[in-house]
Amino acid sequence: MKKVMMGNHALSYGAMLSRAQVISAYPITPQTQVVELLSEMCSDGTLNAQFIKVESEHSAMASCIGASVAGARTFTATSSQGLALMHEMLHWAGGGRHPIVMGNVNRSMAPGWSIWADQNDSLSQRDTGWMQFYCASNQEVVDTVIQAFKVAEALMIPAMVILDAFALSHTYEVVDVPDQGLVDKYLPPFKPAIKLTPADPRAFGGLTGAEHYMELRYKLETDMEKAPALIEETGREFGKIFGRDLGLVDPYRCDDADFIFVTSGTAGFTARVAVDELRKSGVKAGNLRIKVFRPFPFERVREVLGKVKKAAVVDRNCSYGAGGIFYQEVKSAIYGRPGMPPLIGYIAGLGGRDITTDSFKEIAADAMAKDRAEEEIVWIGVKK
Amino acid sequence: MRPKKAKKIVFKSAEEMPVMICSVGHQTHNLTGAWRNIRPEIDRSKCIKCGICWKFCPEPSIEVVDEWPVVDYDYCKGCGICAEECPAKCIVMVEEQR
Repeated sequence: MKKVMMGNHALSYGAMLSRAQVISAYPITPQTQVVELLSEMCSDGTLNAQFIKVESEHSAMASCIGASVAGARTFTATSSQGLALMHEMLHWAGGGRHPIVMGNVNRSMAPGWSIWADQNDSLSQRDTGWMQFYCASNQEVVDTVIQAFKVAEALMIPAMVILDAFALSHTYEVVDVPDQGLVDKYLPPFKPAIKLTPADPRAFGGLTGAEHYMELRYKLETDMEKAPALIEETGREFGKIFGRDLGLVDPYRCDDADFIFVTSGTAGFTARVAVDELRKSGVKAGNLRIKVFRPFPFERVREVLGKVKKAAVVDRNCSYGAGGIFYQEVKSAIYGRPGMPPLIGYIAGLGGRDITTDSFKEIAADAMAKDRAEEEIVWIGVKK
Repeated sequence: MRPKKAKKIVFKSAEEMPVMICSVGHQTHNLTGAWRNIRPEIDRSKCIKCGICWKFCPEPSIEVVDEWPVVDYDYCKGCGICAEECPAKCIVMVEEQR
């Protein structure tokens, strides 16, 4: 069934179709509508779940952890400062191996106070042991929530499904809502090997000495390394059932390209339009949209980059003192490997400033005039 | 009382460890009584056997044996909550002499 819905509600539908059993959340613009719709679904019986009202995002994640350890499929959603307030609990969920799925609407960090899109909120949570999926359409949001539960529960690693503020969160798009019966077939009920029950009391996450801690982290890393193959496998399975493959990356016209953009989020779809226009003017351009940032899709990124002459990595984020975060990670993925192209890093669209097709053309013109990166950051659209 | 003589669990490899760190005996083998600077001492002549100390002990290191509260000094950290909460004022915190 096709429905017109905003990105926030796409997250709600994803959680509903996944039959989330416990939802705990605290509202924050631009995420508020995600949990508003879920609370309505819980109260009118559309979704058979417990909705837990809490006083902060820290408590929202804490209650999700408690519910998950008791064996419930658990969902929450937040944004920006709310995600930052969860930070300690994100480590608890990642390190404790609780397969919670969370929607995060990418919104700039204050100050200056902002409700508009950039990626510094989620990228600040890079090292908490969560998978991160960056979506570019409302359809992809619904589909990815369902897939994220499947992958998270198989690996016992939590997952963040991320969408741009306003460009997706408040933008209405046509979404082909997956059939509930088929979703149930794709995503069976959550049955953890270990869970907390009164019949089998246990202490979770307690004191772990030097004789065990490192092995715990080794297991988290090695399980995270299994995620790329599993995301591709479950993505293909999703494609067979629903007609839409879900992968780690989304290459567009990269096969014969000389020059490509490396993008993420909605900028990745704008880049496609720019690629088409550049091709009309004789530039063999392409676009590699990175969908999954954690685990980092090393192999897929190397495959595409190994075939092009130059690439411009476009970041809607900044690690102050080091530059664009995707740029750094893509650089490290190709470091020391023969046949890799020069990379140039661009920062654009912070705090909700639009990244337009003209922005991409400006980036292409700048990149093609250079043999290699002359500086760590090239700013696009800054009023200097 | 907790089973102090339980064998300490040490995993030989990452593979045999559970994915979630749970029930590996840390609360048994970590004798937190060594942290204590002041110890609770219960005066049975004043004790009314109400069980409030047992209920409030956060560790929990107070067991009720034959209706009397008994402190497990292997785990009691000496926080003093039992003495604070005791309605009969029968628990006194005494400095440890080590």
